[in-house]
Amino acid sequence: MTGRPDAALHDIAVIVNGAERRARVIPRLLLADLLREEWGLTGTHLGCEHGACGACTVLVDGDPTRSCLVFAVQVDGCRVDTVEGLAGNGPGLHPLQQAFRARHALQCGFCTPGILMTLVAYLRLHPSPSETEIREALSGNLCRCTGYQHIVQAALDAAVAGRETAPPA
Amino acid sequence: MRPAPFEYFAPRTVEDALDLLARHGDRAKLLAGGQSLVPMMNMRLVRPAVVVDLNRVTALGAVREDAGRLRLGSLVRQQTLERDGRVASAAPLLAEAAPLIGHLQTRARGTVGGSLAHADPAAELPACMIALDAVFHLRSARAQRACRAQDFFRGLLATALEPDELLAEIEVPAAPAPRAGHGFAEVARRHGDFALVGACAVLALDAAGVCRHARLVIFGAGDGPHLARATAAVLGEQPSAARLAEVGRAAVAEIDVRADLHATSEYRRRVAAGLAAQALGRAAARAEAA
Amino acid sequence: MKFVGDRHLRKEDPRLLTGRGRYVGDIALPGMLHAVLLRSAHAHARILRVDADPARAHPGVVDVVTFAELGAAGRAFPMVPPHAELRGHNFAPLAGDRVRFVGEAVAAVVAESRYAAEDARDLLEIEYEVLPSAQTLAPGAPAVHDDIRDNVAGRVTLARGDVEAALRAAPRVASLRLRIGRGGGQPMETRGLVADWNAALGQLTVWASSQVPHQIRQFIADLLDLAPHQVRVIAPDVGGGFGAKLIVYPEDVLIPFLARRLARPVRWIEDRLEHMLAATQEREQEHEVTVGFDDAGRLLALRDRFVHDTGAYTPRGLVVPLLTASMLTGPYRIAAVESSFESRYTHRVPVTPYRGAGQPQAVFVIERVLDLVARETGRDRAQVRLANLVRAEDMPWDTGLPNYRGSGHVVLDSGDLPSVLRRALESARYDARAAEAADARARGRLLGVGVACYVELTGVGPFESARVRVDAAGRITAWSGVSTQGQGLETTLAQVAADELGVTPEDVTVITGDTAGVEHGTGSFASRAAVVGGSAVALAARDVHAKARLLAARALGVAEADLEQAGATFADRRRPERHVTFAELARLAGAATAALGVEPGLESTRFFQPTDMTYSSGAHVALVELDPLSAAVRILGYWISHDSGRLINPLIVEGQLQGGVALGIGSALLEEIAYDEAGQLLAGSYMDYLLPTATDVPTMVIDHLETLSPLNPLGLKGVGESGTLPVPAVLASAIEDAVGPRGGRVTRMPLGPARLLDLLPPGLPGSDGSP
Repeated sequence: MTGRPDAALHDIAVIVNGAERRARVIPRLLLADLLREEWGLTGTHLGCEHGACGACTVLVDGDPTRSCLVFAVQVDGCRVDTVEGLAGNGPGLHPLQQAFRARHALQCGFCTPGILMTLVAYLRLHPSPSETEIREALSGNLCRCTGYQHIVQAALDAAVAGRETAPPA
Repeated sequence: MRPAPFEYFAPRTVEDALDLLARHGDRAKLLAGGQSLVPMMNMRLVRPAVVVDLNRVTALGAVREDAGRLRLGSLVRQQTLERDGRVASAAPLLAEAAPLIGHLQTRARGTVGGSLAHADPAAELPACMIALDAVFHLRSARAQRACRAQDFFRGLLATALEPDELLAEIEVPAAPAPRAGHGFAEVARRHGDFALVGACAVLALDAAGVCRHARLVIFGAGDGPHLARATAAVLGEQPSAARLAEVGRAAVAEIDVRADLHATSEYRRRVAAGLAAQALGRAAARAEAA
Repeated sequence: MKFVGDRHLRKEDPRLLTGRGRYVGDIALPGMLHAVLLRSAHAHARILRVDADPARAHPGVVDVVTFAELGAAGRAFPMVPPHAELRGHNFAPLAGDRVRFVGEAVAAVVAESRYAAEDARDLLEIEYEVLPSAQTLAPGAPAVHDDIRDNVAGRVTLARGDVEAALRAAPRVASLRLRIGRGGGQPMETRGLVADWNAALGQLTVWASSQVPHQIRQFIADLLDLAPHQVRVIAPDVGGGFGAKLIVYPEDVLIPFLARRLARPVRWIEDRLEHMLAATQEREQEHEVTVGFDDAGRLLALRDRFVHDTGAYTPRGLVVPLLTASMLTGPYRIAAVESSFESRYTHRVPVTPYRGAGQPQAVFVIERVLDLVARETGRDRAQVRLANLVRAEDMPWDTGLPNYRGSGHVVLDSGDLPSVLRRALESARYDARAAEAADARARGRLLGVGVACYVELTGVGPFESARVRVDAAGRITAWSGVSTQGQGLETTLAQVAADELGVTPEDVTVITGDTAGVEHGTGSFASRAAVVGGSAVALAARDVHAKARLLAARALGVAEADLEQAGATFADRRRPERHVTFAELARLAGAATAALGVEPGLESTRFFQPTDMTYSSGAHVALVELDPLSAAVRILGYWISHDSGRLINPLIVEGQLQGGVALGIGSALLEEIAYDEAGQLLAGSYMDYLLPTATDVPTMVIDHLETLSPLNPLGLKGVGESGTLPVPAVLASAIEDAVGPRGGRVTRMPLGPARLLDLLPPGLPGSDGSP
């Protein structure tokens, strides 16, 4: 990812989905671009680039974060979790992903990774949400395809399942 | 949309941050949560030559409470206001308003100081801080000074901050004795949007139920949060719904109400008056119950 | 049928859920360059001078291209479809000497990184002579095209019977003026392309986030002077379309041009602000409608005149206003109708269909008319509708109006509209809710129930294609000329093929949106993909199955009647140890001699050419409450009853309906494209153009009826746009009910806060904030 010689390059080390990765970045490189262009983790998508749609949501130190509003250089030393890491190392799906499939909670799939990451973080802190609470938690993630109903149902299903199993490492 | 190039610094101490501001002046922008600044940078509406990232200045992230007085470092995340029990007990108005600031992602990263320094006229925190009569501690390499919240906001996206100053700490005094209550009400087009208009209030009653303290702030209606003068009318009496509604209307009349794509000034005037009455009413009810 | 009708879980989900989708922005080729576009800041201007040298000199920049560099490619696109009344104009890959809307692309900058390209774009200097622009539909506005001084792109009148006589004879007459505002499809993925020219093969490969890859191929071949076989266009995973990706855009030819010119792959990804400016929009119309009716609420005559904003160019001709005009009577029997419009140019981004395509406007008009008639006659709104609906025994019902393609009339082929409405009313417990609402209103609450019906035009031609093949390894592949933007065609088309072939959907790989898969294709829009695409797949799969049986019988030396199929294996029923698999049959067919009596290959390419459109129908009921202070609308309940023919996958259909309703809610209450007097977009980002979020969309109750279409082999009808069509109408109906007789009438969409406030009756309790 080269460009004009911007200011100094910064070396960063990030724990991405549990494994360390390093990069040398210009200051203005967005975290989303670091993930997608440098590291080929294209599961995180850019829908608006001004912090409104939530498609770019990843976890930074466990918090749902719009990766279009964070510079790569800012996550040096941080943990970043993306949708590619949700299913862990096995062949199966994370319970939330399974619930999404079972409920037809995705159509084009573009907003889905951002929604999954938002819900993973939310459900860890709120294991027994009401439907209204889930809708409010999702209010920062736009979906144009589904009308949200199946997403909400899937989230409620996953909350129930989650109360019965431990979250993945 | 990608930002224009800039030089980046991530100081670890307040002093280092202030040195950078002193050196670069208005060529520099402070980066806190980035939820307001980075969209503008991505859209190239602002192009700072220097970005001073405050997120590594851990000293700015502290929450302290003693005897009901709350001290918030400017880098305290907005989500902390919702989660920290000290905020809930010392400044419940902040705990009530916080969940309405943007969305989960906004509040995970966005900071108290960042919202105050950005001074969007429809933002919740500036108004709440004025209602709470908070004091802001501003620091530069030259000096430190304190500024009352009500004197800090100077118009549309404008504050009392000098180019080499940063907002370091927000001090919220203990609630007025003996019986205090808060109220908050806003109308937004969608959950988490900036308010079309809103109001927050703090009221205190004495043992006889007479109002001894009343602060009402209306936001989203003008260029910035407006501290109403009309609350003087309720001091010295037991608040009634009729009086509070009157105060609400009079408070709105003090404001040069703006119009934009989302609402006319007539809309804002009507709704602001109603929300002001609601906020005052809730504050009075809570004070009664205290 | 085993799989058609099944709530089959989607095959595409595992990769989409795990971040392994491949959208055009995810495609990275060696040596790939990044393009950004400079767009006009003026609604109407002459381009006097372009100084690209500082941009060209910027580090990392490989080229800057303006109209002058386009050469033979610098000409206007053809218009699809033509119409006798159309005075049309289409855009070129870049603006030439004039720009005609804010956002029209003027230059392309190509660099080693997107960051460098944007930096260089800032250095471009364009000198404009700013000209007055047409920002109104009123006559006398500045001309958008020099040869069309009155800005009229077309005038059309559709009629049945003598409406003037019928209005004169009608016992009662009433009129309405209605306005609908502009909006856009706004998929979550913006547009984008990656183009790669392979000089050694003479082959251009283009990945496009598009609904119409075959049409893009055609335009590229035409403008870049290539043979169609030299151009392959692939729609990879596409993050939503909704019409925003329906036409062939300038960029769809420009980016391939750049790749060929520079002999390196080029990627262009539209950003959201660009999408707000340059992706096509729709809906804006102003209607004056007059209805003649009797005391029983029966509609006798309907005359509608409207002006349609078509924007600066007409890439889709008069399609949108023709759809509005021709679908005006909707599901109702009206003997005398006249529907006429003027489509006018403005200096704004062009108008082409987005989800609903002119039909939401028609539904809004006719449903407002029905509510008006109910009010005037003192009758219940649902009863008035029942009295006027086309009945099952009337089918097929010729509305008497020409359809938008000019291929005949709008003929409702099948359905039972009164039953659909009754089911919606039952599902919603309409009578009880109406009574509750009336009771609540008497106590000062603003609670209301609304109802709206629709028919939807679906399954339009000219054709769709499918190729089904079994290869020598036994893999079954079905290629379709449709493309996918989230509607689950990888699964639904596999369900169709699986039933025909006797296998499971997991055994069939469906590939859509690739011009290398099928030579001819039309694309996904107008609720046609499952109907026309599914029908073609069924035909091709049937052929393959028939051929497989024939070959199996030969191979096993038995009669076809003695074959027993279990999945991919055909056995001799009497001696089942003798069997043959699809793979073996494919190998057999691969070496077919004349003696075998069949042509080589276990495959078939078939087309389905519908003889007419097939019409879905439905009814929605909504329960709303308005806040007495802010007039904000809360949707407390939402019930859908619909008939979309045979459903291939009811789970997917529910998703389509829910998504369609959400988009309709956006267009009714939140989304408004507004321009200022200079043609600058006021709602230029997601800060101001508000899409519905999870807190804005209610939980919906959906009831399916299935009247099979007589017009295709499986009885299918489309449903992709159904959810959207009646939403503004049903919300208008509910809001009017909620504000009561002393409140205002809903005559425009969308309804933002100020407009809602204007509807409230005076002197409400709680309107000053008191509890």
